[in-house]
Amino acid sequence: MLDLTYEAPKPKVISGATGDWELVIGMEVHAQVSSKAKLFSGASTQFGAEPNSNVAFVDAGMPGMLPVINEGCVALAVKTGLGLKAEINLRSAFDRKNYFYPDLPQGYQISQLYHPIVGEGEVLVEMGEGVARKVRIERIHLEQDAGKSIHDMDPNMSFVDLNRTGVALMEIVSRPDIRGPEEAAAYIAKLRQILRYLGTCDGNMQNGNLRADVNVSVCRPGQYEKYQETQDFSHLGTRCEIKNMNSMRFIQQAIDHEAKRQIAILEDGGSIDQETRLYDPDKGETRSMRSKEEAHDYRYFPDPDLLPLEIEQGWVDDIEASLPELPDAKKARFMGDFGLSDYDASVLTAEVEAADFFEKAAEGRDGKLAANWIINELYGRLKKDEKELGESPVSPAQIGQIIDLIKSDAISGKIAKDVFEICYTSGREPEEIVETEGMKQVTDTGAIEAAVDEVIAANPGQVEKAKANPKLVGWFVGQVMKATGGKANPKAVNELVSAKLGL
Amino acid sequence: MSELTKLTIAGARDALRKGETTSVEITEACLKAIEGAGALNAYVHHTPEIALEQAKAADARIGAGDAPAMCGIPLGIKDLFCTKGVESQAASAILGGFKPEYESTVTSQLFDAGAVMLGKLNMDEFAMGSSNETSTYGNAVNPWRRGNDEAALTPGGSSGGSASAVAADLCLAATGTDTGGSIRQPAAFTGITGLKPTYGRVSRWGIIAFASSLDQAGPMTKDVRDCAIMLSAMAGHDPKDSTSAELAVPDFEAMLTGDIKGKVIGIPKEYRMEGMPEEIEALWAEGTEMLKAAGAEIRDISLPHTKYALPAYYVIAPAEASSNLARYDGVRFGHRAKLAQGDGIVEMYEKTRAEGFGDEVKRRIMVGTYVLSAGYYDAYYNRARKVRALIKRDFDEVFAAGVDAILTPATPSAAFGLGEMAEADPVQMYLNDVFTVTVNLAGLPGIALPTGTDKQGLPLGLQLIGRPWEEGDLLNTAYALERAAGFVAKPGKWW
Repeated sequence: MLDLTYEAPKPKVISGATGDWELVIGMEVHAQVSSKAKLFSGASTQFGAEPNSNVAFVDAGMPGMLPVINEGCVALAVKTGLGLKAEINLRSAFDRKNYFYPDLPQGYQISQLYHPIVGEGEVLVEMGEGVARKVRIERIHLEQDAGKSIHDMDPNMSFVDLNRTGVALMEIVSRPDIRGPEEAAAYIAKLRQILRYLGTCDGNMQNGNLRADVNVSVCRPGQYEKYQETQDFSHLGTRCEIKNMNSMRFIQQAIDHEAKRQIAILEDGGSIDQETRLYDPDKGETRSMRSKEEAHDYRYFPDPDLLPLEIEQGWVDDIEASLPELPDAKKARFMGDFGLSDYDASVLTAEVEAADFFEKAAEGRDGKLAANWIINELYGRLKKDEKELGESPVSPAQIGQIIDLIKSDAISGKIAKDVFEICYTSGREPEEIVETEGMKQVTDTGAIEAAVDEVIAANPGQVEKAKANPKLVGWFVGQVMKATGGKANPKAVNELVSAKLGL
Repeated sequence: MSELTKLTIAGARDALRKGETTSVEITEACLKAIEGAGALNAYVHHTPEIALEQAKAADARIGAGDAPAMCGIPLGIKDLFCTKGVESQAASAILGGFKPEYESTVTSQLFDAGAVMLGKLNMDEFAMGSSNETSTYGNAVNPWRRGNDEAALTPGGSSGGSASAVAADLCLAATGTDTGGSIRQPAAFTGITGLKPTYGRVSRWGIIAFASSLDQAGPMTKDVRDCAIMLSAMAGHDPKDSTSAELAVPDFEAMLTGDIKGKVIGIPKEYRMEGMPEEIEALWAEGTEMLKAAGAEIRDISLPHTKYALPAYYVIAPAEASSNLARYDGVRFGHRAKLAQGDGIVEMYEKTRAEGFGDEVKRRIMVGTYVLSAGYYDAYYNRARKVRALIKRDFDEVFAAGVDAILTPATPSAAFGLGEMAEADPVQMYLNDVFTVTVNLAGLPGIALPTGTDKQGLPLGLQLIGRPWEEGDLLNTAYALERAAGFVAKPGKWW
């Protein structure tokens, strides 16, 4: 396997009136665990159900109801941890985070403040060929999601939907290792990719199944390096937290706006208040949600309804043994085994479905050719129809057939495109299309020779010119191809024309 | 048979099996007794229809020869237990009219065993109190009086309704819950027997939570044998309660041999409180002698962290309560305050909780919120947890040294008068728990049983504390003490 080495990307620098500023970003990503049942109840997690239909008594905070941990959610969190090369804590514990809100029926969220299930890990965030940021993961903990308050259905009343209440979330907390808006978006994208490979979160950002709180601060060049040496946060600027972002584009915009806001304040001689802010994509600005003084005192304490969560190393080992090949390894293998370029390997490993598609099409064949066909032809055609790879009418085996037909000189690359189009629209097998439609390339030199002779005989003027200007060979080849309906092997035509013209 | 209501569970069981009476007869007798006992205010919700239906079903089972020990036994159920379709309010206005759509594990186990529910019993609001005076229904009254004095006495708390009902023969037995002494103190105040099992022995599912790490349900009965019978029916692992233990439930009654020869009984010096009434002191000494006479070895022991137990308890219990009671917000069930024009969600919370909770509950929510607050957490809550660990270690060491059970007074006094503590510092009331909270903090089983009376004829109780999960052995020691004490007094009927 190929061992890839990376250089760290340059941090984003914003030039202010008083000099340069750098960005320092840390993220808390909330990923909904793809379990069928909630974290502490048997209620369904199905999205889009009738309001308040997926609610167990414990989700509704009914008196005397008790939470019982869903082992499946624990397994998925462990799997996620292993996928992020993180420490798994065999003993973790649940704490209550206390605050009042109508969509929080218990009056507290069950979370893991003091003893999270997953410890330190790492995500490699590629920022171009040979350039990548290693973002350290501080921890992952399991916690309950809240419900949904709806304030715009009635002028006087608010409504609450508890379907989401108690659904399991993994909060993936990074260290402040992200150094720019693009890196932040790339980090989320990479995390999403890994989670989807693992099957532990569907990564659907639109439904809020993956969302992020983004901590942004700015500092002068050199300060971050001091922080890195000492891990002392006082070298960094005061951070603001932008809450609940569920679009990569908005995350980039929000970071950019927030950094500029902070720089403007600092350059004006002001200071940054540590606070929670919301991003308004319409106005393109962040605004204060609550200040440090207004911050909730969550009164965390160990949840007495739940015993510490103890898992066995053997169980963790079993999960580890079941891990799929992850994006970094797959990409390296595609580059090493199939000779793909960094770019092609990245594209084809973006989603596990694409990688699987590619591997099926490329098995025992020219990998680069398979990659070209998938990325250029298939993706292009799907994009035109606004379709996903999963909806592709062309199967990997059919792409494979097309490659085999090209490789055996049965069809030219140009004819192959026609075959592909027929296959795409009709679903017919490429081999059968070539056979039935008479698209097989003419490799019989006798037939090609006859066509060449005919063209030479019909164009004596051109022959003379060609003798003076050998570039005109191309014109003869074109004429022959035309005459043979494009089925003649272009290489054979070229050789024959040159020979006959004595060039 | 006469005086069916005076039957013990064991007595009723034997009579039912012999066909000497029926569950319907005993149930009707109890319902009649309840009707005439309004003055005790023990029952706050009456369920005669359910009772008679269950009694008929029980009689059918007994007739068919399928009769567990609890079959056909009429019980009172503490209002803290959620009972399906029946008001379950934790004696709080904030749960006004709340009828759960589910049945607590304990009551469903009892009903599955054929037990009969007569109604719901009074208690302190959310089980917070030692006199039953914090109940939204008004207090229950102790059937016992000081000689001829007509002053109403407290039945204790929080399971005061349960204690009053059992002592006054308004049921054969009752369920109770005990967070800091709420089974044992009222049992001692009313001359009955009450057991708090090892934490995790009985499921908490469906019991309205006060302090989750301390709450434990248990039986309140007329004697030790009944405690054993009823505990067997209440206990057991419940997958719906993560803190419930995966342990088999022994036949506790079968363990009552009365033979305690060679057992080591510890007498902890730290329980000899300053200013303890002589009568309590004497009762304790007599109990010690009785156990010695029965063949036990008496050993003086030390539980050095005892004096920190009460303060630790009054940090931990309110902390958990402040969080457990956050769900009473007027949003989904129970009381919701009428809102004024322009009121928002914050006003709804504030008004609802201000109206719905009583003073003691509010006090504990505030204390609990305070001790968990940023900046105070380590000084209070974390320190209390450390104390708790030390208290548990005290017991572990004593048990490891060979002590089988520990004998202490159950309460620092006999039942006091209702209203007597109205003006007192709340801490005075909290002192009622001084002998009992250590057991909850350590998660141990403890039993209170009557062994004597004071000068005015009021019952006094002793407490035995056992090793974790050894309720059988503890009950047997209690059984030996019960036989030696021969306490048979009953309150004279005045109601």
